[in-house]
Amino acid sequence: MTTTVIQTVGLVRRVEGAISHVLVNGIDLSVSKGEFLAITGPSGSGKSSLLYLLGLLDAPTEGEIFVGGRATSGLTESEKADLRLKTCGFVFQFHFLLPEFTALDNVLLPMRTLGRLSMPDMRAKALALLTSLGLAEQVDKRPNQLSGGQRQRVALARALANDPAIIVADEPTGNLDTASTEQVFGVLRDIASQGRTVIVVTHDPGLAARADRRIQIVDGKIAQETWLSKERPAAGQAPSGPVEPS
Amino acid sequence: MNLLFEIAWTHVTTRIRQTLVGILGVAIGVGFTIMIAGLMEGSQRDFIRQLVDTLPHVTVSDERRSASTQPAEREYAAVQVTNLPAADRRAGIKNPNTVVASIESWLPGAISPSEQTTALIHYGGGHVGVTVTGIDPRREIRVSKLASQMQQGQVDDLFRASNAVIVGEALAQKIGAQVRSTVTVSVGEAHSLSATVVGIFRSGVHQIDDTQVFALLRTAQVLSGQPGGINQLRLRLDDAVAAKDVAGRIEAQTGYKSVSWQEANANLLSAFTVRAFIMLTVMAAMLFTSCFATYNIISTITHEKRHDIAIMKSLGMREAFVRGIFIVEAAIMGAVGIVAGWGLGYLLCYGLSRITFFNPLSGEIINVPIYWTPTHYAAVGALSLIACAAAAFFPARKATRVHPVEIIRGAA
Repeated sequence: MTTTVIQTVGLVRRVEGAISHVLVNGIDLSVSKGEFLAITGPSGSGKSSLLYLLGLLDAPTEGEIFVGGRATSGLTESEKADLRLKTCGFVFQFHFLLPEFTALDNVLLPMRTLGRLSMPDMRAKALALLTSLGLAEQVDKRPNQLSGGQRQRVALARALANDPAIIVADEPTGNLDTASTEQVFGVLRDIASQGRTVIVVTHDPGLAARADRRIQIVDGKIAQETWLSKERPAAGQAPSGPVEPS
Repeated sequence: MNLLFEIAWTHVTTRIRQTLVGILGVAIGVGFTIMIAGLMEGSQRDFIRQLVDTLPHVTVSDERRSASTQPAEREYAAVQVTNLPAADRRAGIKNPNTVVASIESWLPGAISPSEQTTALIHYGGGHVGVTVTGIDPRREIRVSKLASQMQQGQVDDLFRASNAVIVGEALAQKIGAQVRSTVTVSVGEAHSLSATVVGIFRSGVHQIDDTQVFALLRTAQVLSGQPGGINQLRLRLDDAVAAKDVAGRIEAQTGYKSVSWQEANANLLSAFTVRAFIMLTVMAAMLFTSCFATYNIISTITHEKRHDIAIMKSLGMREAFVRGIFIVEAAIMGAVGIVAGWGLGYLLCYGLSRITFFNPLSGEIINVPIYWTPTHYAAVGALSLIACAAAAFFPARKATRVHPVEIIRGAA
């Protein structure tokens, strides 16, 4: 039995302007708990746009996104920020760590913003996260003292800080060498196997092939959907409409 | 430490050069504004002090505010009399001794009765119109600074010669008279007497130094043809600001026109209002200019930090929180800048107060008058802090409004 974590219905994202164009053109997608979903496609196909929509960073022009069964179109920017803080972890191609802060402080950032734990608990948790990612020696270093792979792992630790249900990663290995890529990808796999949903946009066919499901986006639409492992949801559970709020 | 303050503090402490420029901008604005405020208010207060020192606080004259009515008019409603001398009109203050005594009974200050008349002074073939004020030297020194304004001779020298006079310095120069010169003072054809100059005074007010002659009361009474007459009471109060109220009370009590120094110099005082407005405008402009430094720096910081802003927003920090970081940064720079500006302002004021210059009007060498008050420091500081926060608000709002996706896409 699979639980739908995030679901989209008729998702459209249009950019209005002198030359209006459609980034995402009617996508219906349902992603389950513990699923590792890879989104591939040529440059400009709309795969990143779709990812930002799924991560609630961007708002759709049409359609609806349900997170944990809850419709998100009516939320204010602040409510969306709160929802991102609790349910989404982001990893980007560029690490986006705050340069003046140590690795530990960067990981503490989302925790402190949420403010659910006491400071010693937060520190302990952040240290555990960094240690689990092989960064025990690097906790007090600033981003410019770390290698590319280390930075990206710190960014991963930061994304995991608030135990989000969904990890959204945009080309997380795009700037990394083979060894680092392998390491980061391995971590993402582990996260998925721990029951979290991981959605990754990648250019790397080798990596995409190791996901549970691969969807290819062309011109803002799903051109191809391939189930690589795990069982495809039963027909009755296939995404057809909004899930009931849990 | 609070996360917002910690991020703001980290930003300002890791970009020392930028922070210093911001602090300097605020400090210069605050420092010079304090200097201008001290200078403007100092010169204004100095001027008023001179004014108050030179002139009586209240002058009671034998005039009435409005023409007096005829007895018949008071008696019968239908009677109207025009252009007829008032029946009870007589030059001078009636029963001056009684009036003086009754005012003295409650007055917080000193009173000096005098007889004032206009006259011509003749010396060496020239003649000049002057005001002769007959005084009692012992009372006079308590209501005016005449004693300290004497350049040559003393007020008591009036007793030394018969028909002795003290003349203003400018007047003495104009007619070429010196101490011990004998001048002729005349009122019309009838009263003329020859007098000896026993002293020369300088009040610093040109109009007075140019026309004023002091003589003994008795001498002035002879000139005006009013033996025993008193037509002016001059008062000096312990508190100059109370002059308005005292004048009103005397006028109500005696019916004689009582003019406070505030009323006599209403034009001048209203000019100060305009001056104060100009001063505030200049100060506002200076603070506004220093705001631009803050505006610029926050604009630069927010531009440099756009990746941080994007990631903080995407992590789930609210826009107001991220905006607050930059406003707090400006406030930190503002607060340090204000304290530095206070120091700078103090030094500038101190430096200015050391400068002396020659006042051609009074012929004195005086210091640049500076008014020292914590109010200036507090007001300029508070205004600056608000201005800094406002100057930071707009660039911070602009930068934090940007959608994180736009930045993240641009950086990839």
